[in-house]
Amino acid sequence: MQSASQGARGRSMVLPLAAAVEECIRDGDSVAMEGFTHLIPFAAGHEVIRQGRKRLTLYRMTPDLIYDQLIGMGAAERLVFSWGGNPGVGSLHRLRDAVENGWPGPLELVEHSHAAMANAYDAGAANLPFAMLRGYVGTDLPGVNPNIRSVRCPFTGEQLAAVPAIRPEVAVIHAQKADAEGNVLLEGIVGVQKQAVLAARRSIVTVEELVEDFGPRSPNTVILPAWTVTAISVAPRGAHPSYAHGYYKRDNGFYIAWDKIARERDSFLAWMREHVLRQAKQQVNA
Amino acid sequence: MSDYTGNEIMTVVAARALRNEDVCFVGIGAPSAACNLARLTHAPKITLIYESGTIATRPDVLPLSIGDGELCDTALTTVSVPEMFRYWLQGGRITIGFLGGAQIDRLGPYARPKVRLPGGGGAPEIATQCAQIFITMAQSPRAFVDKLEFITSFGHGEGGDHRRRLGIHTQGPTKLITDLCVMEPDPVSREMCVASIHPGVTREQLQAATGWPLKFASSVTETPAPTTRELGVLRELQERTRRAHAA
Repeated sequence: MQSASQGARGRSMVLPLAAAVEECIRDGDSVAMEGFTHLIPFAAGHEVIRQGRKRLTLYRMTPDLIYDQLIGMGAAERLVFSWGGNPGVGSLHRLRDAVENGWPGPLELVEHSHAAMANAYDAGAANLPFAMLRGYVGTDLPGVNPNIRSVRCPFTGEQLAAVPAIRPEVAVIHAQKADAEGNVLLEGIVGVQKQAVLAARRSIVTVEELVEDFGPRSPNTVILPAWTVTAISVAPRGAHPSYAHGYYKRDNGFYIAWDKIARERDSFLAWMREHVLRQAKQQVNA
Repeated sequence: MSDYTGNEIMTVVAARALRNEDVCFVGIGAPSAACNLARLTHAPKITLIYESGTIATRPDVLPLSIGDGELCDTALTTVSVPEMFRYWLQGGRITIGFLGGAQIDRLGPYARPKVRLPGGGGAPEIATQCAQIFITMAQSPRAFVDKLEFITSFGHGEGGDHRRRLGIHTQGPTKLITDLCVMEPDPVSREMCVASIHPGVTREQLQAATGWPLKFASSVTETPAPTTRELGVLRELQERTRRAHAA
């Protein structure tokens, strides 16, 4: 039985982003980069691409542009997800090219519903082997995903859907702030990031800024204590073109523009070379 | 008063179906436009919930994504995504799930599809856990098919008591609002039948846009045309949205 990996004596380290990725993510790892539209860890995803990680199993409810980029650059061999589009715009063309044509390599899909993914992260954080829900009734998804099964309630006999807990090797998230002790603060649309970090063995949190002290805040702000996080890296605007509540807005214009950039392999590769590969590591780490 | 597009009458008619008392789980795109039009006209107290966790949100412009900052900034409260699906949707707190069609259809064999569509997202559970489902989508033979090749979200299945037989106790789709007509389920067979036809649309046009032999309710009415106020508020909302997303 797997138990939480960050022991009470663990303590987050503040590292340059390149060092954090080197330290935490290896070829073949299962990685969950979460952030439900908000706080998507683009800077960290770009660093994974620059370091040329391969054969990753990628978990994410909504793959979004970040996974379109990782898949198009050949970093992934499997995708576990629940909605794979460009929100409000259309397709993720690199995801489609991988699934429909095997470019740049084949991509195995493991498809769930949002409710199942959210429950599976929650089960992972709670150290349970599986999640159960009233899910998938009448749909064809169990026919294409053998990990969608059922369980009978021992009290009522009722049949419920069951999916394996998500226990990734690494969780990667972006947050607003970390303090001098290495605690992390996030707020706004908080998605499944807390669950993803607590379900994972290792975690990287990029933050907009490092502060001495969080100062006045709501007692219900989401805080990840330092001993639950492996590495913290400062990455201002590290969620762009997604957004960071209180810092900058979602760049909807870029999400619309991505449709044209990613539609063809050449224009996609040219964009990645110009905006991701060419960036010196120092610039990113600021 | 025929100076409106098919998309506009679809959105206006969809908005009219909502009431102040509704707690509505909002899909992105056409459903989001309809729900906010209802809020800005006859149903100012309607509770709009988006799956990103934003509860009772009142956006000034339509969100491009399900989690735009605008939704959180104007919400009464924002909860985590597991809480949204567990306590609020599965907990039975939603009266209307409002879905768009592209979210409930799919083309091609699963393993090697010609066209890989995004997938079900929140819809598989929305379809069974909201008290009722409204669907809004433009009508065409490609989208309105006789038999789906892949079901992400259960409607009335084979009809009759199929939902009950699967242990589903909610009503399922009770309104299907298109750019040409409004359909409602037959009380017994549960097949979607034409209940009202938008002004100027013929039965022949309707049939040509549908991939199965259409049935009509015993009394079919003409949909009242959009009013000047409805169109004015909708166009202002969409113009504000265009400006905001172009920035």
